[in-house]
Order: sequence, then C-alpha cells, then structure tokens
Amino acid sequence: MTLKVGIPRALLYYYYVPMWQTFFHELGAEVVLSSPSTKGILANGLKHAVDEVCLPIKMAFGHVLDLAGKVDYIFLPRMVSIKKREYICPKFLGLPDMVRCLDGLPPLIDINVNLYKSKKNAFFAAKEVGKLFTGNYFKISGAYRYSLKTQKKYFKLLQLGLLPDEALAGLEDGVGNKPRPGQGQFTVALLGHPYNIYDSYINMNIIRRLRAMGSNVVTAEHLSEQVVRSCAACLPKKLFWTLGQRMIGAAFHYFKRRDVSGIVHVAAFACGPDSMTGELIAREARAAGMPFLNLTLDEHTGETGIVTRIEAFMDMVRWRNAGVS
Amino acid sequence: MRVTFPHMGNLYICLKAMLQYLGVDVVVPPPSSKKTLTLGVKYGPEFACMPLKLNLGNFIEAYGLGADTIIMAGGCGPCRFGYYAQIEYAILKDIGYEFQLIVIEPPERHISELFNKIRHITGNRSWWQVIQAIRFGYQKARAVDEIEMAAFKIRPRELVFGATDIAYRSALSLIDSASSPNELDRAKKRAGVIMAGVVLDESRPVLKIGLTGEIFTLLEPYSNLDVERHIGYLGAEVDRSIYLSEWVNDHLFLGMLKGLRSRKDACSAASPYLRHFVGGHGQETVGSAVNYARAGFDGLVQVFPFTCMPEIVAESILPEVSTEYGIPILTLIMDEHTGKTGIITRLEAFIDLLERKKEFRRHAFS
Repeated sequence: MTLKVGIPRALLYYYYVPMWQTFFHELGAEVVLSSPSTKGILANGLKHAVDEVCLPIKMAFGHVLDLAGKVDYIFLPRMVSIKKREYICPKFLGLPDMVRCLDGLPPLIDINVNLYKSKKNAFFAAKEVGKLFTGNYFKISGAYRYSLKTQKKYFKLLQLGLLPDEALAGLEDGVGNKPRPGQGQFTVALLGHPYNIYDSYINMNIIRRLRAMGSNVVTAEHLSEQVVRSCAACLPKKLFWTLGQRMIGAAFHYFKRRDVSGIVHVAAFACGPDSMTGELIAREARAAGMPFLNLTLDEHTGETGIVTRIEAFMDMVRWRNAGVS
Repeated sequence: MRVTFPHMGNLYICLKAMLQYLGVDVVVPPPSSKKTLTLGVKYGPEFACMPLKLNLGNFIEAYGLGADTIIMAGGCGPCRFGYYAQIEYAILKDIGYEFQLIVIEPPERHISELFNKIRHITGNRSWWQVIQAIRFGYQKARAVDEIEMAAFKIRPRELVFGATDIAYRSALSLIDSASSPNELDRAKKRAGVIMAGVVLDESRPVLKIGLTGEIFTLLEPYSNLDVERHIGYLGAEVDRSIYLSEWVNDHLFLGMLKGLRSRKDACSAASPYLRHFVGGHGQETVGSAVNYARAGFDGLVQVFPFTCMPEIVAESILPEVSTEYGIPILTLIMDEHTGKTGIITRLEAFIDLLERKKEFRRHAFS
C-alpha cells in the first residue's frame, strides 16, 4: 500500500510545491493536496486558530484540517530559514507546534528546515523525511536531487513571467513555457507574501481583477534572485526576513523601471514583517513619486471595498499615464 | 555628544549609571506617558508594535531636552525588533529630528564593528574602565530588581494602601542617585531597610500569579498599564518571568553568573509544547508557564503588545499547558487603544476565579 502524504495548499506551498511533490513521488508516496481555498476552509481555520494570528496562518489551519482523515501523514515542515543568516517569520517557526494542539490529525512530518548556518541542512532534512518511506539512502538522495531539478525549472518558469498555477501546469505538460504576451495597456507590480498574492480566495482574485481592468501584472517572483538581492542591498541594514527582502528588492527594482506604472502592496492584517517592509516600501514610493496602493487583508475584508480601492487606484494610474496630474 | 536611549522600565537607572561612570553626557527621556505614546502613534507605522511607538516618542521628547545621539539595541531576527533602530531613525529624519544613531548589535561581519561602536561612545576611556562601568551598571540592575521583587511580595500584604509604592519609589531613587560602587552598597542597605519598614498583615491569604510575556511590555509599567501593581492591589503576589538583570546575564554575559534563573531552564521546560525557538521570548513564555505551573502558582497572566509574532505563537500553545496542568491563564494584549479600566475589570474577574478555585480545592481536600 502506498502511503499518502498531504500537503496543505497554504503558505510556502506557492514556492516549494514542485520540489515537495516530486520528492514524495520519487519515494513512492502518493501526494494529496488540500482543496483550493474556500470560505469553508477559512471558516474551519478561524474556528481553531487563536484570534491574533494573521489571515494566512488561519488559512493554513483550515487547509491542514481539510487533509485530516484523507492522508497518512501531513507534510508541515518547520521552515526556520531558507537562506543563510535569514529567517522567515516567527509564526512559521511555531506553526507545527501550533497545529499539533488540534485534535484528530494524522502524524505531522514536522522536520526542521533550517539553512541559517549552512545550505547543506536542506539535504539533512530531506534525508530525515525520506527515512519514513524507505531505508535506501541512494533512493532518497536521488529523489532529493531530482526534486531540486524540478524546483529549478519551476523558478525558471516563474522568472519568464508566469504565475505559479500557470508554471505548475507548464511543468506537467512541458508546453506553454512562453510567457503570455501582455494584453494590457500598462503594467502594475503586485507585491506581497506569495501566499497572499497567489491565493485567489484570500486576495479576492486580485490578479484577475487587475488584468480585467487592463493592466499587466508583474510580481517579485518574476525577478531573478540576483536582481532582487542587489536592489535590496541599498537598505541601511540587511533585512533578516527572506520574503521581506524579496518584496523590498522587487519594489526597489520596479520603482526604477519605466514600464511599471504603479505598485500594489498586499499585506495581511497584523503581519509583523509587513509592518516594517510596508513602511519602507511606502516611504520609498513617496520619494520616487510612484502610485502606491496598500491593501490590508483579514477575514472581515469586504470584496466591494477592495474592488473600489483597486478601481480608484487604476484610474489614478491611467490619468497619470495620460499626462493628467 | 549628548546621548539618549529608549525607556524600558528601570533600564534607565542602570544605563545612566554605566554611561555616567564613563563620563558620557546622558539625557534620560521623560518617563513614558500618554504624550510619548501619542507622539509615537502620530509618526510611527500603523501596524508596528507598541514598543516601537513608545521608543519613537521617547526620542522625540529627548530631542527637546537636547539629546543628539541615540543608543539603541539591535538584533538579527526573526523578531522585528532587530529592524527598529533603522526604521525609527528614518522616521525621525523625515520629521526633522537630526540624530546620530549607534546600534549595539551582533556584528554582521567582524567583532571589531561592535568594538568600534563602543569606542565611539566611550571616547578614549580604557577597556578596563568600560568593563568596570558595565559591572557597575549590572550591580544597579540587580539592586533594582531585588527592590522590585520585594515590592511584589509586600504589596498584597500591606496594611496601609499605597505604602509599598511610596517605599518602592524612595528605594529606587536611592539606588539611582548612588554614583560609585561604594555608595551603591550603602544605598542598597538603606533601600532594604525602607522596603522592610512597610507594615504587613502576614495572616492575609495571598494568591500567587506568574506574569510572563514579551520583555518590553513586562518591564515597562506604562506599556502594561501597571498590571503588576494592580494584581498586587487585588491581593495577589506576582512573580515576573523576566528581570532586567537576568536578561543581561543571559544575553550579555552568556550566563556567566551562576545562581540566577536562566532562559535555558525555561526553554527546556517548553520543549514538549514548543520545540523550537520562535524569536523574541516566545519559547521562554511557554517554558516559564510550565515552570510556574509546576511550582504551584495559582494562575498566569501573559502580556504582550498587539501583533507581537513570537508571543502569538506562545499564546496559541499556552491553552495546552493550561489544560495539562490545570492552571488558568489570562492573556492581555496591549496597544495604544487599551484602556486601564478594561484591564482592571478583567484582572478582578480573573482573580475572583482563582480565589474560588482555590477555595473549592481546599474544601474538596479537607
């Protein structure tokens, strides 16, 4: 019987799912993804998480609960750090322990992924996880290497200008690797944590809405690591959140780009890193004279309010582009 | 160079002593108040946590008193405190307060960065004098903490309401005004006499409450709306999970001084519930909750600023500790909108609950 491993469609899923999926596939396990976010999943998460955690974490609770009863293991690694001398966010560090308090869950695979000191720890983590499925060391290291390769391909597709779901589809059938030519009259950069901007339920379909209003959308994931890092390096002190650095670097890059006419920053209510990076981005946007929209999401956010604000923002961008100031 | 620093409870006593020992010109900002917070809220980012806003207010007020250099601690994450200094500096610059910023933090590349910064503050004093100054500052921190601990003990038992507060304030000012190690020894003795002079009712039944949470809100009475004092008035003894001297011993002296409570105990106690550090004092909060429960405390109060990430992790794990050990936990979240009366009402209800629980237990076992 093949073991079923559940991966919640939340948080760093949007970054690392090709890698995780391939790794478990290669080890002979069946991967089950939780269903895409819905109102029901969020409601379930809200019921079980404390009030103070941010919306994406509540969503993650919902996704984990969605997997309960369907799988043998839930893959919920403790993502401490994915880059040397950087962290993600304290809530990621505590997530497996927070989730463990819930009842009726299958065992968690809560391996520590901690690259704070050395990159090599990623392989050690993979080895530990692999041991659950096979005793064969070569099989594990083979699966790990293959999963890295898939991940690289995925990042490359993202950098071509695809969105995660398009890139994932591209990985499956191997075609459609070309980015869609922009249909819109202008380009807007959409910045935020990947789990906020790519989960279309959390952000009320913001990407589709922006496109429907006639703009192309670029995100931080469309830029290469190098570009992002070199742009973020102009901060007085290096940011210690990897995702925050990505956001800041992308923002600083898009400020300089002529073809980008506005920046939308999506933050979760009470997000710690966003309160700092958001301030830095807003400050810089003011200095650069770039139209800037800050959307804060929580479980009470009304769709109409968001739409109205996006519409107003788009009007502003359009007028500016037309030379009215 | 006129140096200022942010307030965090009685930190100013020990920092002032340390810097003045080295002959640095110090400007202590006025104690944090409503005005401080209002200034901070006006200029700070909306979703930043309250300590940042209070810091900002402190600096603006200190500027009015002639300060031109800020000494600030830093860090390397994942708690956002590590980026405070830079953000505050940028904001101050925007609104026209020109400061020089010195951030004391773990060096990025080489230890010499840190030494250079210390050199910059101390001028041409020898390293031996710097070490003596740190020692003097630490002794003051310890003295202040001992007075605070004594106050926690006697406040619920005082016969005359408010007597403890008067004694506490005069003891603190004695310690604060001591300018040399010898004087400090004398001041410590006199402070001890003053604290012992408060008339007590020893027979009064007193509850024991452990106070844990985020370090700034624990140490700064303005930010927690005097929660320890109010618990004391309501007839319960408080023990706080973090004291300044313990923090200094843990983080600056790397636990060199023995005989003090250390964070290692707390972290190991936390391990079945929270197995990894989460930045800030999240793991310590969970661990000290376990330790308090084991030590037979009647209840726990967790305090943290709104949106504090490590403490939110702790908050969502504490219910497990609470059910396992049968110890009630009250979580109080502080921000600029928190009202004192609301906090007092909740504390009253919580302490009523604890008293009832204790009574019930006594009857059940007798």
